Parts: sequence; C-alpha cells; structure tokens
Amino acid sequence: MPKSYLRQSALAHLHLEAHAVEVAGDAGVDLCERPFRGQLVLRGDCTDNAFRDAVQQALGVTLPVEPNSVTNVDQVSVIWLGPDEWLVVVPDGHEQAIEQELREALAGIHFAVTDVGDSRAVIGISGPHARDVLKKGCSVDLHPRVFGPGQCAQTALARCHMLLHQVNQAPTYDIYVHRSFADYIWCWLEDAAQEFGLAIIAQAPGASAGARAPESEPVVPA
Amino acid sequence: MLLIKCPWCGERDAHEFSYGGEAHITRPENPDKLSDEQWADYLFMQKNAMGPFLERWVHAHGCRRWFNVRRDTVTHEITAVYKMGDRPPERTA
Amino acid sequence: MSQQRNRLATGGRIDRTRPLSFSFNGKHFEGYAGDTLASALIANGVRLVGRSFKYHRPRGLLTAGSEEPNALVQLGTDAASEPNQRATQVELFDGLEAVSQNCWPSVGLDVGAVNNTLSRILPAGFYYKTFMWPKSFWKYYEHVIRKAAGMGRAPESPDPDCYDKMHDHCDVLVVGAGPAGLAAALAAGRAGARVLLADEQSALGGGLLGRRAEIDAAPAAEWIAKSISALQAMPEVQLLCRSTVAGYYDHNYLTIAQRLREGSDPGRRCDKPRQRLWKVRAKQVVLATGAHERPMIFRHNDLPGIMLASAAQCYINRYAAKPGDIAVIFTNNDSAYEAALDLAEAGVTVVAVVDVRTAAESPAQAAVRSRGIEVLYRHAVVAASGRRRVSAAKVMALDDSGESVSGAARTIRCDFLCMSGGWSPAVHLFSQSRGKPSYDASKACFVPGQSVQAERSAGAARGSFALAECLTEGHEAGVAAAAAAGFQRPGRPAKPPVAAKVDEAPLQPFWLVPAAPPGAPLNKHFVDVQNDVTAADIALAAREGYRSVEHLKRYTTTGMGTDQGKTSNINALAILGQTLGADISAVGTTTFRPPYTPLTFGTIVGRDIGALADPVRMTPIHSWHVANGASFEDVGQWKRPWYYPRPGESIQDAVNRECLATRQAIAILDASTLGKIDIQGPDTAEFLNRVYTNGWKKLEIGRCRYGVMCGEDGMVFDDGVTTRLGEHHYWMTTTSGNAARVLAWLEEWLQTEWPELKVYCNSMTEHWATVGIAGPFARQLLSELTDDIELDPKAFPFMTYRAGTVAGIAARVFRISFTGESSFEINVPARYDLALWNTLMTAGEQYGITPIGTESMHVLRAEKGFFIAGQDTDGTVTPLDLGMDWIVSKQKDFLGKRSLARPDMLREDRKQLVGLLPVDPQEVLPEGGQIVTDMDQKPPMNMIGHVTSSYYSVNLKRSIALALVRGGHKRHGETVYVPLENKVIAANVSEPRFYDPEGKRMHA
Ligand SMILES: [Zn+2]
Repeated sequence: MPKSYLRQSALAHLHLEAHAVEVAGDAGVDLCERPFRGQLVLRGDCTDNAFRDAVQQALGVTLPVEPNSVTNVDQVSVIWLGPDEWLVVVPDGHEQAIEQELREALAGIHFAVTDVGDSRAVIGISGPHARDVLKKGCSVDLHPRVFGPGQCAQTALARCHMLLHQVNQAPTYDIYVHRSFADYIWCWLEDAAQEFGLAIIAQAPGASAGARAPESEPVVPA
Repeated sequence: MLLIKCPWCGERDAHEFSYGGEAHITRPENPDKLSDEQWADYLFMQKNAMGPFLERWVHAHGCRRWFNVRRDTVTHEITAVYKMGDRPPERTA
Repeated sequence: MSQQRNRLATGGRIDRTRPLSFSFNGKHFEGYAGDTLASALIANGVRLVGRSFKYHRPRGLLTAGSEEPNALVQLGTDAASEPNQRATQVELFDGLEAVSQNCWPSVGLDVGAVNNTLSRILPAGFYYKTFMWPKSFWKYYEHVIRKAAGMGRAPESPDPDCYDKMHDHCDVLVVGAGPAGLAAALAAGRAGARVLLADEQSALGGGLLGRRAEIDAAPAAEWIAKSISALQAMPEVQLLCRSTVAGYYDHNYLTIAQRLREGSDPGRRCDKPRQRLWKVRAKQVVLATGAHERPMIFRHNDLPGIMLASAAQCYINRYAAKPGDIAVIFTNNDSAYEAALDLAEAGVTVVAVVDVRTAAESPAQAAVRSRGIEVLYRHAVVAASGRRRVSAAKVMALDDSGESVSGAARTIRCDFLCMSGGWSPAVHLFSQSRGKPSYDASKACFVPGQSVQAERSAGAARGSFALAECLTEGHEAGVAAAAAAGFQRPGRPAKPPVAAKVDEAPLQPFWLVPAAPPGAPLNKHFVDVQNDVTAADIALAAREGYRSVEHLKRYTTTGMGTDQGKTSNINALAILGQTLGADISAVGTTTFRPPYTPLTFGTIVGRDIGALADPVRMTPIHSWHVANGASFEDVGQWKRPWYYPRPGESIQDAVNRECLATRQAIAILDASTLGKIDIQGPDTAEFLNRVYTNGWKKLEIGRCRYGVMCGEDGMVFDDGVTTRLGEHHYWMTTTSGNAARVLAWLEEWLQTEWPELKVYCNSMTEHWATVGIAGPFARQLLSELTDDIELDPKAFPFMTYRAGTVAGIAARVFRISFTGESSFEINVPARYDLALWNTLMTAGEQYGITPIGTESMHVLRAEKGFFIAGQDTDGTVTPLDLGMDWIVSKQKDFLGKRSLARPDMLREDRKQLVGLLPVDPQEVLPEGGQIVTDMDQKPPMNMIGHVTSSYYSVNLKRSIALALVRGGHKRHGETVYVPLENKVIAANVSEPRFYDPEGKRMHA
C-alpha cells in the first residue's frame, strides 16, 4: 500500500505555482486558486427557530436568512444558497468535525448536511479591475451601491454556473465553480483579464479558509 | 433579455431561469381513476393565452427555486411574481 | 502623395500637426488626425467613392454620419478585412487601406455599370419577376446576382482580432451626446444617478460638432468641453464614445457596440480588444439620438457632389474640408440657410439657394440674402447634370400647387449641390423599444409616440430641432429620468443650458420634384440610393398593388441594405402615400429592427471562440488520460476517454483489446461523469417510489437497486442505480448526460407538487470521483488495496454497497455492473482520484489492468443488452417498449404510470427494443440504419424501425446490434434487412441479450 497521497486541487494540472508571484503587485487583476477549502451543504427549514438555533449553536455563526448574504465568524462562513440551502465554508481539515457538530446539534430536526468540499473549485480574484473582469461574463450588477462585502450571488460567469462571494472592499471576490468547469473558467478569466494586466498569486491574499494546509489523513465518510 | 424578479434573489436576467409552462396545473390525486381524455387534458393541454398568463419559472442558475409569474405574453410585461403554492395576487389597474 | 487641395487653412477639429497617410482604391492620400476617411477624401477632392448596388451608378458622399448609404468601403486586407464600413464613420489612422465596394474592376471603370443603361428593364420587383421563375433556377440566378452585386467581401480566414463583451447597469442611459444628450447626462448625473452616456461618434457633441452655435453665451465647443469635464468629474457617470447603441430590447436591455480602436492588430491580442459589446440594463433611458436630414428627390439627384446640406456644413466646420468651390443649395426649410452661411464663410461661392417655399421673413433667410446670395423662392432643382460628378443644376419655377413646374429652365453651374428636404427624427431605438412613431404633419416627420418602456426622447429625436429646445428638453429629460430612477438633486433645481431662440420660417413638406417636362419618367429620381430605388419604382409598385409599406419595402428593396433606409424611408413612404392618395400617417413606417448600424460578427461572438467557445468539463484525472494518449469523446460538455489507442492501433483494434481485457483480466474506467445525487430525509423511500417505476419501500440499508424514470408521458428519460446508505440516506446515480436534468426533475416535483415530503437532494457528481474496475481479477486487485471491506461475494454480494478504505482513501464502493463483469465502482473525493487511479494502475499491472474508454463500455453493455437512455431511447420509448415489464410496478402510482395505460401505449406495433444479429457476423450495421422486412418493395420502402446501437463484439467474435423495431417483441427469429447505399445487410431479430444471459459473471 502506498504511504502518502498527493491530493489534487481542481487546478493542480495547470501548475499555477510555476507562473505565480508571491505577493500582489500593481497588476490590474490578481488571480489565485484557493484549494481544499472545506465546504458543507446544509439544508433545513430556516423558518424553524429550532433549526436556526441549532445551527448557530454548532457553528457559532448566525444562519444568513437574507438572500444573497454571507455571515462569518473567525474562519467559518455561511453562504446563502437558497431559502433552505447554505454552503458552510470551513478551514481545510475541519469538515468532518463541523459536520459532526451539526449532526449532533440538529438531531431530531429534518435537515441534511453533506460534505461537498471537492464539488467546487474556488478562485480568488482581486485588484482594481477585478470587477471589470467579472462584468465581462456576469450579468448581475456588482456596483458598490448594489453589491458589497458580505454579499453573494448564484449566477452565471461566461458559460458556467458561478457562486460569487465578495469578501472585502478591495474588492476581493471568491468565485465558486463546479470542479469540472474550473479549467474552463480559469482560462476564461486569464483571457478576460489580459487587457488590465494579470498576476497569478501563489498564496491567496487573506485566504483564511483556503490556504494550503498540511496533509491530513483521509477518514472514512459517515 | 427579460428581467425576471426571483422572489428570493431579486431581479436577474432571463437566461438564469428556465421556463416551466402554465402555472396552477395540479397533478391529479388518483391518475388511475381518470379517463384517457381527462389524463390527456392534464398532460397536454395548456391555455397558450395571448395577454396576461400565469406561468412557472425556476431560477435554474440561482437559488434553484420554482415560482409563479404573471406575464403578458404579448408585451412581456411581468405584473406579478409569487411563490409556489400561493394564489396569484389580485390585479391592480 | 496628393495635396489636400480642399482643406481649409484654418478651423475644424483636426490636428494639422499630425498628418496621416492612407490609401483609397490603391491611391495614396494624406489626411489629419481627427479626420474620418470621408472627410479626408473630401479634403483631397475625391468625389467618386463607390457604385450603387443595382445599376452600379457612380456615387459620392451623401452624408457625414452613420446614415451614409453610398460610401461603403472594405477596410483592411486578408483576414482582418471588414466589409460594409461607412467611410463617414471610419476614423482615419496611419496606414489605413480602403477600397470601394460594388465596383469591378475599379470604381472608375465598372463593368456592372451596364446595368445602368439597362435600368429601364430593371424596374421594381425585378428580382421577383425575373429570377423567381422558374423557381428551381433561383439558386443559379442568386449566385450570379450576388457576385455582381458584391455587398462587400467576407474575409476568408479567421478574424485575428480579439473582441470583448461587458455587462453593465445604470440608472439612466443617455443615447446620443449632442446638445440634448449632454444636457440630459449633466442633469441626471448631478442628481446622483449612475449615468451611461453613449455616442456613436469619436467625440462627444453630436450635431454641434458640425455647426457654429452658441450655448450659454459662448461658442458651443466651449460648452461641450465644459460639459465633458463636468461629467468626467462625476464618479458615477460613464462616457462611451465610438459606441453605437445597436439594439433596444425588452425590459430596458440595450446593446452598445463600442469601437475600441480602428484597424486591426492581428494575433488575437486580448490585451487590446478591437470592439466591445456592452449589454446594459438601464432603469431609465433618454433617447437623444438626433435627426437625419432628408434628401430632395429630383432627376439625377444621385450624382457625386450632391450631398445633404448638413453634411457639407459638417465637413466645413468640423473637418475644415470643402466639398467644392461653387455650391447650389436646394431646400424646403431654414436649416439649409445656416449651411449656406457657413459655406460662404469658408470661402465657397454659394451661387443660389433654391427654396420651394415662398419668401418669408426669418433671420436665417435675411442673413443669406444680405450676403448677396441669390435666393430663388418657389423654385425647384428639377435635374442635376454632369458626368461622374455634378456640374450644373437645372432650376424651374413651381406652379401654385407645387405639383408641376413651368417656365424657362435655368441652368446654374456648380461643383456641388447641397439639399435639405427637412429632418427625420432618429426614432429607430424608440421603435425597437416597441413604441409606435406617429406622424407630425406640422414638422413633416414621424416623432416618437407613447412610450412602452421606461424611456423618453429629447431634442431632435422627438422633432424639436431648434438648439434651444434640444437643450431644455434634454435637461428636463435628464432630471425626469433620474427622478424616475429615484434620484433628485438636493437643493434648488439646476438650470438648463441656454441657447438663443431663433425664429424660423416653417418647413414646407416637399417630397418629389415634379417631372420636367410634365409626364417625363421619374426613373432617375432616386429615393433610396443604396438600393437604386427610384420614384418611378415606388409608383410602379403602388400600381401593382403593393400598398402596405412593409410590402413596398420588400418588393422594391427600399430601406433595405446596410443603411436600412435612414435617409430614404420617409421620402419613400411619402411618395407611396402621394401615389395612393393617402395621408403619410395612414401609410405608416416599416418596423425598425436591431442593429441600428451593422455589427461585425466578432462583436457578437466576443471571446466565446476557440477553446472558450463552450466549456470543456474535465474529470479530475483528465490530465492522466491526455498523458496516456486517450482519444476523447464529447458527452455533453464532458470530455471522456473514448479509447486508448496504442501505437499502430485502429479504433477497432483498441476497442477489441479493451473489451477482451475486461472479460479476461481487468478493466479500469473513469466513470466520474456519472451523475450522483445525495438524498436525505425520512420520506425518501416514498419519494423514490413516486419517481421510479419500481418499488423502493423495502430496499434494505446497504443495498442497491436499479430504477427507470419516466416523464408524465410514460417515456423513459433516465435510468440508474440508487443505494440506501442509511436509514434516511440514499445515493442516486444517473446517466452522465442527464445528471443536471434529473436533479432539476426531482427538485421540481419536491417544490411544486410534493412540498410535504421531507426530502433534500444535493448534487454529488463533482465531489465524488468514480473509478470502475471490472473483470475476473477485479476482486483480487481490490483485496490488495483494502483491509476494512470484506470482499467475499457472500459478504459483499452483487448490488450492495460498502463504505471503507481503498488505497488508504475513504471510499464508497458499490458492486454494480454495466459491463456484465464482476465489478466494483469505487468513489473517492475528487482530490484523491488521481492517487486512487495511479495506485490501481500500479497494483493492477500484474493482472493486465487495462484502461477502457466509453466505446468499449458501450460494446460490453450492448453484449449484455443494457440500453443507454438517449441512444437506444429517444423520448418515444416506454419501459414496456424496452421489454422491461418487470420494472413497472402494478401496485403503486409513479410518474408516467397513467400514460402507460393509454391506448396508444398498448398498441402491439409500437417500436420495441430488440437485438439484431447480422447474418454475416463480420458485417457491422450502421447506427441509424433503417430496417425493412421485404427487399422486393419499390422505394419508398416501408420502414419498420432503425438500428440504435451497433458494434463488433470481439468477445462474441461477431457483430451485434440493438434496434427499435415495430412490434419487435414478436419478431424474434425473423430476418430483416437494412438497405444501404451499395449493399443490403440481412440480420436476424433476437432477444437483446448476447452474452452471459443469466448474469453469472456479474454476480460472481
Ligand atoms: Zn433565486
């Protein structure tokens, strides 16, 4: 039996580190992959106080009930996906523990929680022209008067589905796309960003939940 | 490009949505008890109205929720958006 | 290098310190920065710019704007070449190369001009009358006509440039940056609204750029400059010039084609896109699109050197380029007097102003007269003369009715002629917004009627042509639009910019100069110069019964072509009205459709070309497949390994090797594209019972079951295996192509019909990578890589599931089989897919592990008679048609059940799935081949079905096929035929099961 396993992020085959710079410079757009971000899909009835309280108790974060909003505490973010659906984003390696805490807190309530950490690739985009690049492929209004930090939108970017989360005022956005589309959307972003000057960043700036973590032993799923 | 207001996500371009045909067609309780004509009526017949029409849409590229819309099939004017299971709002002049 | 002999020494918005050289029809010229190709040609004294479409008559510049019908040029060469560019809109750049269209072999000597002398036999409806009969010949005629017509030349290799798209949103979109548009943008911007101001020209200012006017007691140029800096200082105002608002669609969605640079910069330079298509959602729109001046319709009014008065004025004022030295002006309104004054000011000899009206007192007329310019009131230019360019105007007096001329003709020598037949508001975008223009008789033009969408028109676009009105209306429209979008300027309302109010004598509608002598043909009175439509053509069409303006348009082709009749439409329908004795308002306008001016395909396509044309979905180990030489197959957007050829192998060789390995050793398959849906909740079993045709209430934990899904019409739309992972936890699989569709289907029923069911569905397709291993040694291999899964067939039987560790990775392992071999589907999180795959490949080497692609998988399942939804079914096939009665529950209701009892579903001659064994076992039937029972019939033969899947099976050493055949279940044993182009293949109908029919191998 082999002793170690190299886990592969969605964009591992592009060897981005070979083209990357360590810190953001003066490029119009900075792109990075945020690999191995822990992601759980949580389903439940948000009109049920017991459900909301249990989630709050397990995660320490208020469940975002307002559409298109994100709540976060420390390294845990909860992204609204629908009136009964959320994406719980947690640090690499914490998925199982948090899933377990949710299961315990929600015992007796109709809910579902599922580890989907490899379902979506996460791409970080920031820089003075980050919004312009997104505007090329996204029809949602991202103007600061309308869309700001702590907001999210499920929509399309170019020709694929995207979950967009504005992380900060910079602006920095996290783009969640299904893993099989990651190569396409990365190439699309590089193409669209060219006119503004593009830098690939080795380490995601402010990537609390997405930084490369040491290998953890895989565990049998529940 | 129509602008459709998802009851949850707000206004989005029509390409984020998929169309679901006429609204308020309920699946019969006991299909086995229906005549062929009655079943065919449920299965195939839609009003295809010219003018205001109650229809279903799903926010396929968004929150994946189904909802109802009242849209004028001639002008595309959308005069109501309401959730599944709700009655269409009263029309205002 | 020619001299710019018609360039004025001073004035204009050109930069005389920046000369630019360019070539036109092979000749080299020089112009200045700030020129358009058109103004540079005027400055160089070039008159002849093109040939007309039908008669190939010589043509010159008619306008100075985007409405230009004549000066169509082909820009650039080779791949970057672009046809149908209007010289009036092409900004001059150094090295520009342009050639005229519709000219062969040259603009001066044109072979097609023979059409000109034949014009008597090329009347309206010529194409229809001549070439539509006999009908079958049209394809030949069309070819010849198109070649002779030559509407530009499409480049023959891929466009080397990069094009871009941009979505945007604004509170107020202002279209047009003339006086009304600038005033509107200023007002809306000051109210705090997000404003987008788009204008097609290279500079903001609109019509003001070509006029001498004063605003706020200063030259207009100063007001423009001040306005631009004020707008630029507003952070929420975006200014787009070189940007044509091309389309106005539903719900205030507009497209803007922005030209980012002239000329081409080959190499798909995405750091410098050539054009950008903006897709804008505006809360409010202000249409300040201005107006187009109309030509006068007189004999030979198409000669080069005859242009619109406003165009001549613009060339002089904006470009310091003189269209000629001696001018005659022909008008029915006062605006041409302003042009006359500007021409005179620039040193042009204006010999006469010919005005169809009687003398009136207006400042403009008085100013012209006081300059000593002769004004011929109640006169008309009845004809122009000259070869290839105008050299004289023939003028006669109009009688009282205005419908005929009389008296002696006076010939006035000139080298250019300016005309103004009044102005038509550019209502194109208003009309695209579904508004109906209405006819304003006092202004003799169509003006926007009631708004349908959230838009308002201002200034010349709504028939308010005077500068003072444009400014106030623009300002008011901007204030109102911002307010409607929720923005109000705090404090006192801002004052609109002011221009002096000028009294004007009213325009007199005058659509057609009477024939001289009376009764002479009107076949050289050109109405639509691009399409060579004359007043005679329109009259003929009317006589032949084409009374609707839409029919007239198609019959005569007036208003078609690249200019869409911007200068000709109103004249054409006025003449139609006159002929029919109907009011113009009753004739109505044709529908205006997007785009406003032609778009190049690159702009529409944007960056969706080449590798980005459509997403390519990759499995987590795609790079392994590439490195190992896989040939790929498209399955929806997925790229799946089709087969893995070794050097020298054909596809059949590779597939044979892969299929043998599966049955004799071990196959490994990337099955990650398989749709996977996680279903949780206490009502899941009930839910599955409703969506699958078979029963699910008794499935035990850890067991898998195959299911078929039907639509409510009873037709199969997907199938797959669902496993019960826990008490209320299930794992559904779907076909690769239907993963998203099945999830949407489940959600639809849960949300719309069965909200009471406590069930949550989540897509797992991308999270879990799936590796299938199949074959006699699959279990042996797996046993080497797991120590926590009991693999004995008794402990882990067929159609069950175990969670455990494979190669040290947490995995879900299913004993299900699509190949008919003893198989394990191993699912691990996608990040470990490559690790798992590599481990299996290494450990499996001693067993002859062989990666197989989709082709082998399809052959192997066909050997077993397993259908593929979408290949062996096509939306008209029920489970009963597939011979799968065993999977259709009689006890419970399920989606589609009632439909299966419809009489049509019970017909015995429905198309049913059968096996086909070709009589010659080496002969492989083509998929899609039509099946007949009797080869003695004459065509068209009675076809009873078609081949849906067909392969050579190396394991069976013969060809096999699946087919849908009418009444097929009762035809087993019959011989049928598939007639092909050069041969007929005979085949015996059989059960669709060819290999291991008892299923011993997969249970092993
Ligand atoms: Zn939504």
